[in-house]
Amino acid sequence: MARFGRAGRGRLARALDLYEYQGKELFASFGIPVSEGRLATSPAEARGAARELGCPVVVKAQVLTGGRGKAGGIKLADSPDEAEARAREILGLDIRGHTVHKVWIERASDIAREYYLSITLDRSAKKPLFMFTTEGGVDIEEVAATSPDALVRLHVDPLEGYHPWQGRRLVHDAPVEDPGEQKQIAAIVGKLYRAFTECEAMLCEINPLVVTPQGEVRALDAKFTVDDNALFRLPRIAEMRDRAAADPLEALAREKGVIYVKLDGEVGVLGNGAGLTMSTVDVVTFVGGRPANFCDLGGGGDAQGVVDALEVITRDPQVRSIFFNVFGGITRCDEVARGILQALDQMGIEDPIVVRLDGTNAEEGRRLLEDAARSNVHAEATMLDGARRAVELAGAA
Amino acid sequence: MAILVDWDTRLVVQGLTGSEGRFHGLRNRAYGTNLVAGVTPGKGGQDVEGVPVFDTVAAAVGETDANTSMIFVPAPFASDAVYEAVAAGIRTIVCITEGIPAHEMLRLHAYIQGRGVTLVGPNCPGALSPGKANVGIIPAEIFREGGVGLVSRSGTLTYQIGHELTQLGLGNSTIVGIGGDPIVGSSFVDVLTMFEADQQTEQVVMVGEIGGDEEEKAAAFIEAEMSKPVVAYIAGFTAPPGKTMGHAGAIISGSSGTAQAKKNALEAKGVRVGTTPTETAELVAGLARV
Repeated sequence: MARFGRAGRGRLARALDLYEYQGKELFASFGIPVSEGRLATSPAEARGAARELGCPVVVKAQVLTGGRGKAGGIKLADSPDEAEARAREILGLDIRGHTVHKVWIERASDIAREYYLSITLDRSAKKPLFMFTTEGGVDIEEVAATSPDALVRLHVDPLEGYHPWQGRRLVHDAPVEDPGEQKQIAAIVGKLYRAFTECEAMLCEINPLVVTPQGEVRALDAKFTVDDNALFRLPRIAEMRDRAAADPLEALAREKGVIYVKLDGEVGVLGNGAGLTMSTVDVVTFVGGRPANFCDLGGGGDAQGVVDALEVITRDPQVRSIFFNVFGGITRCDEVARGILQALDQMGIEDPIVVRLDGTNAEEGRRLLEDAARSNVHAEATMLDGARRAVELAGAA
Repeated sequence: MAILVDWDTRLVVQGLTGSEGRFHGLRNRAYGTNLVAGVTPGKGGQDVEGVPVFDTVAAAVGETDANTSMIFVPAPFASDAVYEAVAAGIRTIVCITEGIPAHEMLRLHAYIQGRGVTLVGPNCPGALSPGKANVGIIPAEIFREGGVGLVSRSGTLTYQIGHELTQLGLGNSTIVGIGGDPIVGSSFVDVLTMFEADQQTEQVVMVGEIGGDEEEKAAAFIEAEMSKPVVAYIAGFTAPPGKTMGHAGAIISGSSGTAQAKKNALEAKGVRVGTTPTETAELVAGLARV
């Protein structure tokens, strides 16, 4: 919709996930206790980090997905030699489709108890929501499902903000028995709220929040997700985006201001607006095809935007046909047609392109395509027929 | 009748002097909407094609009795524009702007509760009552007047379904795009409530998509409160599962937010759900084999 010249952002690209080490850096800046650590991108660096920190250390894969421990991405090391060896094993590892390029080395913590603390934006209640349980660890969703009473929930009124009683209430209701722990955790709750609001986060999660045998409370992990729409005023966090970690096509798309998600089929899908594009991907599937991507031109969609989008889509070698489904509102169909013709001239695209244009300036757009008479451009009158044709052509190609 | 915008709408456009505000404001006027004022701080006294521009919304309301505002202000300043409209006594606000930070929307949503204000959007295409008034960016020429209420989280998908309805000879009472952001001013339930009370509306099409639980809430509302038939469409059946970090999201929603979960929730409450926009329109027209 109306975006006033800023880079496109649709429903599929709205939040920035941070790595554990970045989340911990932010936590530390708000006074939330974390273990001291170092980032390493090579086994040698891991060795140096372990020597500086003092062993034992934990070597932790830095990837933007969960399940690292089970995948062998978190290992203990008793010496710098061992840290180097463990880092060698972990770097390059594939964890749920994410390749490990960085490891975080931190001083190992003795753990007496593991808790769970998070604050997230509860879309349903339209308020920030704290969740806390003394039954922390990896299977928190299991705790929520099987013993919901063990998970304490507390909403914060966004206008009133946080008040310290809320931290006390969480630890009391959990319950946390030890007075020293109670005090530390209640303080962490308040600091987490500040981190959540000041960093405009969608989620701040500490799992586990550990208690050491000495009674010290500390964040042993960090999941931090920040609202993309707020990054314009959070330059320090905006810089944390790891452009290299994204799928190369998705990175190219981001650079060009095109909203693109790679899928695993043969029919390239291009629409305007997130809803219509999602629906187009669905319809291509329903008529028996396999979409190669989701690509949203967004609200504007001038000729150059179309050229950029086609450049991204056709870089995917799996693509056999392309379905352009455009319903002009702000987007003008004649501009879309010009973009298609321009892209054909510039890039020599040979894949068949099925084009369905409706709405603003649709007739002019259709006429432009008809006059150009390109052999691989096929016009269809409806969304359903266009999807069928594109699927048919993908099979024939 | 219709809802939200009609003959009684007296529209002020906040951001009328910007290129998009000007284009769409004048397009709304050409459609027949009573565009009475524009607001741009520092440009009071100017005019846009005869529409007077004021420095503040309060001045615009004082001079022109504007009762509805459309916001075309860049995202960093848009929530401020909504607060200003509320303070000036405007009770229907349509915010087109995309990209307002979610934390600002949390506060704004909490602020408007209990103030008698209807906020549509942000990041929405607005509201169109065919034959009466258009406030927003919906291409009015593809819709005609009739008895079908249409409410949607998406812009262009709304046009698609409206177009399919028109081709089957059906018209609309009002088309409302509520916006696709995590926090929006008006929910499906809010708009369904208005359609239920509206005499012109005979049946309703609700166009949802993946994420959140507003469709599930609507399903419960439709069963409990609505006498008019509702047909739904959900986009995103084949969307890949998002790489969601952390567990909190999955725990709080209690719903997966998938298209299938929403379809199930709606069908469990007796709401028919089309598998494609075409079939959805056919369901409304009573043509589809169900």
